[in-house]
Amino acid sequence: MNGENISFWEKLGKIDRRWIFLIIGLVVFIPIAFGLRMTVHVSPAVKSAYDTINRLPEGSVVMISIDYDAASMPELQPMLKAILRHCFDKNLKVILINFWPLGLPIGNQGLEEVAKEYGKVYGVDYMNLGYRPGDIAVMLRMGTEIRSVFYGDIKGTPLDSLPMMKNIHNYDDIAVVVGLEAGSMGDYWVQYVNARFKQDLILGVTAVMAAGVYPYLQAGQIKGLIGGLKGAAEYEKLVNHPAFGHIGMASQSWAHVAIILFIILGNIGYFMERRRKRGL
Amino acid sequence: MIEALGIWVAAGLTLAIMSFLYGDNPIYKFAEHLYVGYSAGYWLIYTWHFTIKLMVIQPIAEKQPGAIFLVIPLFFGVLMLTRWFPRIAWISRWSIAFTVGIGAGLTLTGAIHGYIIPQVKATILPLWTGNGFSSFNNLVIVIGVLTTLIYFFFSRPHTGVLGKTSKVGILFIMIAFGASFGYTVMARISLLIGRLDFLWSSILKLVHFF
Repeated sequence: MNGENISFWEKLGKIDRRWIFLIIGLVVFIPIAFGLRMTVHVSPAVKSAYDTINRLPEGSVVMISIDYDAASMPELQPMLKAILRHCFDKNLKVILINFWPLGLPIGNQGLEEVAKEYGKVYGVDYMNLGYRPGDIAVMLRMGTEIRSVFYGDIKGTPLDSLPMMKNIHNYDDIAVVVGLEAGSMGDYWVQYVNARFKQDLILGVTAVMAAGVYPYLQAGQIKGLIGGLKGAAEYEKLVNHPAFGHIGMASQSWAHVAIILFIILGNIGYFMERRRKRGL
Repeated sequence: MIEALGIWVAAGLTLAIMSFLYGDNPIYKFAEHLYVGYSAGYWLIYTWHFTIKLMVIQPIAEKQPGAIFLVIPLFFGVLMLTRWFPRIAWISRWSIAFTVGIGAGLTLTGAIHGYIIPQVKATILPLWTGNGFSSFNNLVIVIGVLTTLIYFFFSRPHTGVLGKTSKVGILFIMIAFGASFGYTVMARISLLIGRLDFLWSSILKLVHFF
């Protein structure tokens, strides 16, 4: 190995990290700006989630738990919209529930936007329970009676005055709970609601959490798993409505290629440097 | 016009936060403090509206059935405020004891009933299912669980068969870390995609607006 090469690898090891930020920024931005798209392949975990909802008869109730806030919005909001489109397209009733207070306006925004697309009526086809503190306690009490923790909906309207809620009292009246998770609420849904009430569950989680949630899927504790923006893109494909998930996939793929190259270069640099120090 | 103003503010704050990538600066600090203050205000309003007003004041004022029992958690809640007064701060321990007791009971039942038992059951798998691929999957799960458990068995020195098996366990742990790290990279890039898409669509909206 000659001196010039060693000098190059040494320089590479000490490169200003802002160059890496810039390269990643460009790699992510260019596909968005030029509208590049990539083919999305559906994984069995997402297909299973889709099939679980798809099998429900018309009029069944799907409860969607908004357990995220603005920080996880790019990953979970596309999932929410894709699932809502699926539910409304099949004429399923949707109940939104919030365990993250800062997620309340975000979830409601997505719900109203998609409900408007399908001409659905509040209180008849969908409703929002709003936010309640107390996570596990609220989940457990809903197993007996939703009204024992939610006296009214998001605006304080008594639940019995909403036509769709007249016969909905507890998990026996809910076909599937979909938890959109950026924290530990998904574990609580599985460990308390699925374990105690045998409630069918689907989890949509941020990519950071996906690896940790797979054991629930393997054990049959959840019916389906939608992981990160990739999972959202897969669900969008299944409902035949490409949206933000699809927009992001090209950027995601190219960014991954760039990061893999950085890791390879970093490792080559490390071994070159070690070889030089050993005097080889 | 108000929508355009909102877009300008949101895009400006996004750029202000992103400016930290170049280096710490006053614009970033301003956006950071604004976010902290706004979040604290938001939490305060939500706690008042959804917890105190909706779950305590309203049921008692409307004399809802069972509302009288709300006096108990309300009493323990008020006791927490004694922490502000050092001489009687010890009283708050009653509330803490109440919370810890409930938390421990719930966590214990949830962990055993909802996590440990189903996960152990899911590991007891047939090593031959009649299908080569699923049999291999089952074998990987069984070997992975056993060797990883052996790695965390510290009552005997990791030598001989135990040492070799625990090394296989490390391999499984490393693969799990790698998968987790890969997903973490994916998550962080997704957030960047969300912000850059917002900035780009904001620019397009503003161009269209003017």
